[in-house]
Amino acid sequence: MDSEVVFKQEFEINGGDFVNAGESASKLKNILKEIGIDTDIIRRLAIAAYEAEVNVVTYARHGIMRILIYPEKILLTVEDEGQGIKDIDLAMQPGYSTATDEIREMGFGAGLGLPNMKKNADIFNISSTVDKGTKLEITMNLNDKNVRD
Amino acid sequence: MKLKEIIKCLNLNCKVLCEDPNLDIDIEFAIASDLMSDILATAKPGELLLTGLVHNSVIRTCEITGINAVIFVRNKKPPDETIKLAKNCKIPVLLTDLTMFETCGILFSKGLKGIHIERAD
Ligand SMILES: Nc1ncnc2c1ncn2[C@@H]1O[C@H](COP(=O)(O)OP(=O)(O)OP(=O)(O)O)[C@@H](O)[C@H]1O
Ligand SMILES: [Mg+2]
Repeated sequence: MDSEVVFKQEFEINGGDFVNAGESASKLKNILKEIGIDTDIIRRLAIAAYEAEVNVVTYARHGIMRILIYPEKILLTVEDEGQGIKDIDLAMQPGYSTATDEIREMGFGAGLGLPNMKKNADIFNISSTVDKGTKLEITMNLNDKNVRD
Repeated sequence: MKLKEIIKCLNLNCKVLCEDPNLDIDIEFAIASDLMSDILATAKPGELLLTGLVHNSVIRTCEITGINAVIFVRNKKPPDETIKLAKNCKIPVLLTDLTMFETCGILFSKGLKGIHIERAD
């Protein structure tokens, strides 16, 4: 039972662009605010989007963040081209990190990003192919009061 | 506590880095960390952040988590682009030459609270 997409937007993320990391998540947050989504949902989704964006900047060459808003849910996907993740169970463990010095200097690299995305999402899916890339899917459930007509 | 009262608590050791900051915002809780990963996992909206890290990522983290204001400790001045980003995000940024420990101690003694993190188990 597929319902209609109410709103759709894409953001490009460039690997290695540490100065602008977070811009897409910030734009996403402002869009959701304008639409009038519940503030708690915005906050949880913005945190997950930011963590995902920083991971693409750190570990991948290029990525696309997509937001799809349906009457009953928001779907955020982040798909990248890059090294991929060999052992997803290991990567999901709090504290596991292969972070570089550059990202550590920005205050990242504690191995908490993926667990934090999972914590904030209503549904969290991750799949990855080594040397190809990684895809994240984050779903937030809405009840109809969340989307203004 | 209002941000301007927080500045007063830190006496002459605190400088406002941005133009036209809103010093009337109310702050009840503070978080002190140099680790953005931790802040993203634990921060609550409306908090004050005390940090020794000076990078755009600090302001982005505040914007995303809803942190209301930042004090950079031990006189580490952020680059101009970071101050500019803070201005665009309407997040007041301050600088103190006190250490992280001293800043926390003073503000805690004046009644600013920390957020108690509930244990998962
Ligand atoms: N998009 C990705 N492409 C390739 N590897 C990734 C990707 N995202 C995560 N990883 C791998 O999974 C590990 C754990 O990621 P996670 O986001 O949980 O922690 P981190 O990025 O190391 O640190 P933090 O997110 O706390 O700053 C990373 O160190 C990296 O090895
Ligand atoms: Mg990460």
